Amino acid sequence: MKVDMKVNGRAVSGEVEGRTLLVDFIRQTLRLTGTHVGCDTSQCGACTIHMNGEPVKSCSVLAVECEGAEITTIEGMANADGSLSTMQAAFQEHHGLQCGFCTPGMVMAATALLKENPSPSEAEIRHHLEGNICRCTGYHNIIKAVQAASGQDVQPVAAE
Amino acid sequence: MPKDGGIGASSKRREDIRFLSGTGQYTDDINLHGQAYAYFLRSDVAHGKINGIDTSAAEGMPGVLRVFTAKDFDGVGGIPCGWQITSIDGQPMQEPKHPILAEGKVRHVGDPIAVVVAESLAQARDAAEAIMPDIEDLPAVMDMKAAVQEGAPKVHDDLTSNLCYDWGFVEDNREAVDQAIKDAAHVTTLELVNNRMVANPMEPRVAVGDYAAHSGESTLYTTSQNPHVIRLLMGAFVLGIPEHKLRVVAPDVGGGFGTKIFHYAEEAFCTFAAKQLRRPVKWTSSRSEAFMSDAHGRDHVTKIELALDADNNFTALRTETYANMGAYLSTFAPSVPTWLHGTLMAGNYKTPLIYVNVKAVFTNTVPVDAYRGAGRPEATFQLERVVDKAARELGVDPIALRRQNFITEFPYATPVAVEYDTGDYHATMDKVLEVSDHAGFEARAAESKKNGKLRGYGIAHYIEACGIAPSNLVGQLGARAGLYESATVRVNATGGIVVMTGSHSHGQGHETTFAQVISEMIGIDADQVEIVHGDTARTPMGMGTYGSRSIAVGGSAMVRAAEKIINKAKKIAAHLMEASEGDIELKDGAFTVAGTDKSVAWGDVTLAAYVPHNYPLEDIEPGLEETAFYDPANFTYPSGGYACEVEVDEETGRVEVMGFTAADDFGNVINPMIVEGQVHGGLAQGIGQALWENCAYDEDGQLISASYMDYAMPRSTDLPMFKVDHSCVTPCTHNPLGVKGCGEAGAIGSPPAVINAVIDALHRGGYDVPHINMPASPDRVWAAMQGAKANMGAAQPAARSTDTAEGRSV
Repeated sequence: MKVDMKVNGRAVSGEVEGRTLLVDFIRQTLRLTGTHVGCDTSQCGACTIHMNGEPVKSCSVLAVECEGAEITTIEGMANADGSLSTMQAAFQEHHGLQCGFCTPGMVMAATALLKENPSPSEAEIRHHLEGNICRCTGYHNIIKAVQAASGQDVQPVAAE
Repeated sequence: MPKDGGIGASSKRREDIRFLSGTGQYTDDINLHGQAYAYFLRSDVAHGKINGIDTSAAEGMPGVLRVFTAKDFDGVGGIPCGWQITSIDGQPMQEPKHPILAEGKVRHVGDPIAVVVAESLAQARDAAEAIMPDIEDLPAVMDMKAAVQEGAPKVHDDLTSNLCYDWGFVEDNREAVDQAIKDAAHVTTLELVNNRMVANPMEPRVAVGDYAAHSGESTLYTTSQNPHVIRLLMGAFVLGIPEHKLRVVAPDVGGGFGTKIFHYAEEAFCTFAAKQLRRPVKWTSSRSEAFMSDAHGRDHVTKIELALDADNNFTALRTETYANMGAYLSTFAPSVPTWLHGTLMAGNYKTPLIYVNVKAVFTNTVPVDAYRGAGRPEATFQLERVVDKAARELGVDPIALRRQNFITEFPYATPVAVEYDTGDYHATMDKVLEVSDHAGFEARAAESKKNGKLRGYGIAHYIEACGIAPSNLVGQLGARAGLYESATVRVNATGGIVVMTGSHSHGQGHETTFAQVISEMIGIDADQVEIVHGDTARTPMGMGTYGSRSIAVGGSAMVRAAEKIINKAKKIAAHLMEASEGDIELKDGAFTVAGTDKSVAWGDVTLAAYVPHNYPLEDIEPGLEETAFYDPANFTYPSGGYACEVEVDEETGRVEVMGFTAADDFGNVINPMIVEGQVHGGLAQGIGQALWENCAYDEDGQLISASYMDYAMPRSTDLPMFKVDHSCVTPCTHNPLGVKGCGEAGAIGSPPAVINAVIDALHRGGYDVPHINMPASPDRVWAAMQGAKANMGAAQPAARSTDTAEGRSV
């Protein structure tokens, strides 16, 4: 069946099966490979995208459910001039990523947090990111990156 | 004042831009024209005889190109093992065949039985459901001690038993150790389990095989930490493809932690099938599949005895370990419980006599191999637990007992065949106590008590061996490979540099740190330096990244190649300035003649090398490109003091990590930001092992922790902010950068610190619990407290009947 949606501001359409997951539509049909698949039980959060402004694990949504939806993926997060968004830049500045595989999902989840809570505490950030697993960073620098992106003072890396 | 570039600067990572913008190129992001999809049908029983596999229905399903079973691999070799261990009796280890697809028997849950290749993944998966394997259940071999008894069912019928090897080290010390233990004033004995782990890089494994009929060349894109090792093993031993007809590419790799070192059946399958079908063939592991096909880690059952004299000096150490190999020998599996474990049993201590016995056992479980730390965490956990237990039994301060026995003079030759070049264990102990505010602990414990919680402080001090390894040494020890590293430094005409390294980054940030080193050596901006890795067609033969070897071995190779470049460039500069070569200096990207104001820029020299109009052609060749292979003289020996503070909830047994401090001596550090990140990640994995993570099998060999619903990955809410310090520096004495390596330390030093803290908390609450096995989950901690209350001493009633320290860990 055919599905139409808006992805990163662009109208797209494609043929899908009823069982096609949104993440497979994004990765396979649209070839937007920044969104990753890290598990098969909706636990890891690597596939987090924004659907109509809300963070959603795209492995737990069928493509056909997204008819008419506005989807944003990591490829759509940079500023209009192509520079990194505040959140993306903070992840680099504070070494909030290593292998980079969970990173798109982390950035999507963290960006959504700041929309609803512009100045979250450490505990609030940890709570919000509980559904996003990172195996590299121990979360330490991710927490700092999110704090920094929200304008809070953060100790510089390598001086603590 | 922190530097803003070069060695010692916390340069921001250049690779982050692509990872943050979604333009990374991981293996699953590679889609070749006309590619087909492979789906593996895997055994759902631990042990069984294959009476037949009916693939006829599957073959007729929509989109199916071909169904493969073991019979399709006649003439194809098995997956080879890269390390041979010799038993005490002089016999080589027993080495069973490891076929690409199961032959005759299935030997673990997840053992591949058949593969469907189809036009789409969904079609391949649908067709696999129509395959009818006729498998007759056999009793599962799970308990290691039972497995080596006479008459036990065998995992491999053609082997004499389930014992892979029985290794003694150092055999010449055995009798002296036994005597010292008899003569000791005190002996502390501890039986413990190092629980089975699953590495779980967030990127599951992927393989894409391709075959170019016009050139006869095969290409494998794979999630590997060491593409050249895969090319050698798969090409020479499995598929019989000469290296010049085989290219292996490991592009962006989403974490490895050891489990992406090894050569896997799926890689060989996709390469093989692509040639058979004349189509690219892609396999992407699901997470559930990863749990039952990625090599697991740890899984040791150990008895350790520490002998002390009347003054509490350590006099001897004896260990007996059962190490689980799983059903087949993974690439480096035999080396982990032996050379990577036994040689570290001295720890930071001047124990004069040590004997290590390891029995490696085949069981009906997923193969076990190196996982972050590989052997060193197992050694450190035993040692740092038994020292803590000894202190408690003797009524002395565990920190003082450690200090009293610390090695203080370097170089130090241990009784387990290695020589530590440098270290200052008192310094790292002082630092960890300071940074963790050990002095303020009692006040914090009192505060916790007011809140109804038991607070504990645990310390561990580790040694590890990185920078593996001297090739001639590991060759004597059974390695079937050399462990050098390579680098080619190519200087372009306009002065830019490309470094092609045999090292591989899967999160470590080589593209940034390696460029920092070149930038420092030449004095040009790091932006002028490109780092290439992960492609056998672009880099010289390299051994890849594991064992915290990248900067110590790969970085050293790069430095050696860059030194050759600089030497040649100085000759060219001398010619251009009509000066003596010996007077040429290179600083800040310019060559000068000592004592004069003559100068030529780096770019002038590089241009002359490629446009050699005014050039000493009679003495040197044009061009500026050099390769170096660096073989280390010794291992490097990072060390450090780790402190963990926990609160235990007496009502539930739940352990919360309140603080964790790591004070490491990594020698010189290239990028402090990246080093700290490496430690953070290692700590999370070590704390995860100690408190939550456990790969569990039931007694029938069913894998019961095969998803993130069942395997407790550390999450953001589980961990505190860490305090990490690397200001204690004793540079490595035998590599050009004085570096030691930092990738695994966090996972090595943290598990015993956590368990020591839990035991400390329980004792402060009046519970006489001598030991708790990992993971110290709420049920185990609660059960241990109840056992202690009921005066059951060491007894820890198993919360689940499958928990046992006797014969198996899982």
